[in-house]
Amino acid sequence: MQALGIDVLFKGINMQRLLGGLWVSLRISLISVAISIALGLVIGVVMTGKQPVVRFLTRLYLEIVRFMPQMVLLFIVFFGTTRVFGWNVEAETASIIVFSFWGTAEMSDLVRGALISIPRHQYESAEALGMTRLQLYRYIIVPQTLRRLIPLSINLVTRMIKTTSLVMMIGVVEVLKVGQQIIEANRKSSPNAAFGVYAAVFLLYFIACWPISMFSKYLERKWAA
Amino acid sequence: MSSEVLIEVSHLVKQYDENAVISDLSLTVHKGEVVVIVGPSGCGKSTLLRCMNGLEPIQGGSVTFRGESVDGSSKSVGRIRQKVGMVFQNYELFPHKTVLENILLAPLKVQKRARAEAEAEALELLKRVGLPDKRDSYPRQLSGGQKQRVAIVRALMMHPEVILFDEVTAALDPEMVREVLVVMLELAKQGLTMVIVTHEMSFAKAAADRVIFIDDGGIVEEGTPEAFFEHPSTERAQRFLNTFTYEKILK
Repeated sequence: MQALGIDVLFKGINMQRLLGGLWVSLRISLISVAISIALGLVIGVVMTGKQPVVRFLTRLYLEIVRFMPQMVLLFIVFFGTTRVFGWNVEAETASIIVFSFWGTAEMSDLVRGALISIPRHQYESAEALGMTRLQLYRYIIVPQTLRRLIPLSINLVTRMIKTTSLVMMIGVVEVLKVGQQIIEANRKSSPNAAFGVYAAVFLLYFIACWPISMFSKYLERKWAA
Repeated sequence: MSSEVLIEVSHLVKQYDENAVISDLSLTVHKGEVVVIVGPSGCGKSTLLRCMNGLEPIQGGSVTFRGESVDGSSKSVGRIRQKVGMVFQNYELFPHKTVLENILLAPLKVQKRARAEAEAEALELLKRVGLPDKRDSYPRQLSGGQKQRVAIVRALMMHPEVILFDEVTAALDPEMVREVLVVMLELAKQGLTMVIVTHEMSFAKAAADRVIFIDDGGIVEEGTPEAFFEHPSTERAQRFLNTFTYEKILK
């Protein structure tokens, strides 16, 4: 135990602190995910429209997000805005802003893709049965879109959870940062703590993401059967 | 066949951008009649069919069903479409619903019929088209011919006064064409009004009360199947019919 540095986890309230850190990570990602899904649904629908200005703007948004490293975005929102605009954004708020900005872009692209993947004939055969617009979307288009969307968006959720490890760079004390603090604090008594603690952090991420991914696999199997 | 007019197409003009697909076409479909529309690919026959239930906006003339204008953008079109059924080339069943759900969706949601009564009718119709054991299958578990028969049942369930068939066998393997056409012949015999776009000439001959030959967006010739297939009066129709036989080439 000593050699692998696992003992540190059971000293004092270390385990509790790690779990607290995990909660911070999950809180940031889940709030961002909720915002991203809500906004992504709206923007994704808008993106299927034909308005050239709207198309250009959403395209631009998507490209910016795609090529901008999340960490740079975090630095801009947290450090950059403080001096230039005098905004005093809390680190956790800044994280949620950045992750929502990123997640919304990815989500809207997924929504757009799922919507345009529904063949035109599905609309027509529903119309030919005399369905109203509302019935057409409620019974035919939305259920099919959701089926395509859910496995993809769950993949996005796990990516967002993993990527929250970046927010420690702007001083949010999330699970990875807590791990670092524990290692620092026990450097004398348990010099091997780095292995045990980081392994525990890895395991916590795994426990958080794995069920979500299994759920997505389950849905995929259920709908493909 | 009676003289009661169901669908009246008059001086129809349909354009995509600047290209006229149909120019000044008039056609009347009477109750109980089986009208088969034939013609070379791209002649506008499918477009004509789609105009008959408002799936295509039209640029001139009019399409009416029992005297009421068929306009895809109007509120009343849903009501008309319940009376004018349509079956498509690619079946277009709803992939996320079982066979029975596909069939029952519109009767229950659009027509607000009672489930027990609609379900009994659905099962009866499935039996008639030879698919009594497929009620809980999903479309992806069916062959093309089976899917198309389900699509026909789905259209029948609305109790339409006329059904439009848009090249319903064109996407099927040859051995499945027959099972679908047999169902359609059966419906024709029962007196259902049908407008059929097809490339199956022997089927057209067997099912049609009237054959309409369309080329370049207009009616070139129309008549009884005997007259049209045995003695086409226009040279264009003769040329078209020759493309289905190979004797002349062999000789």
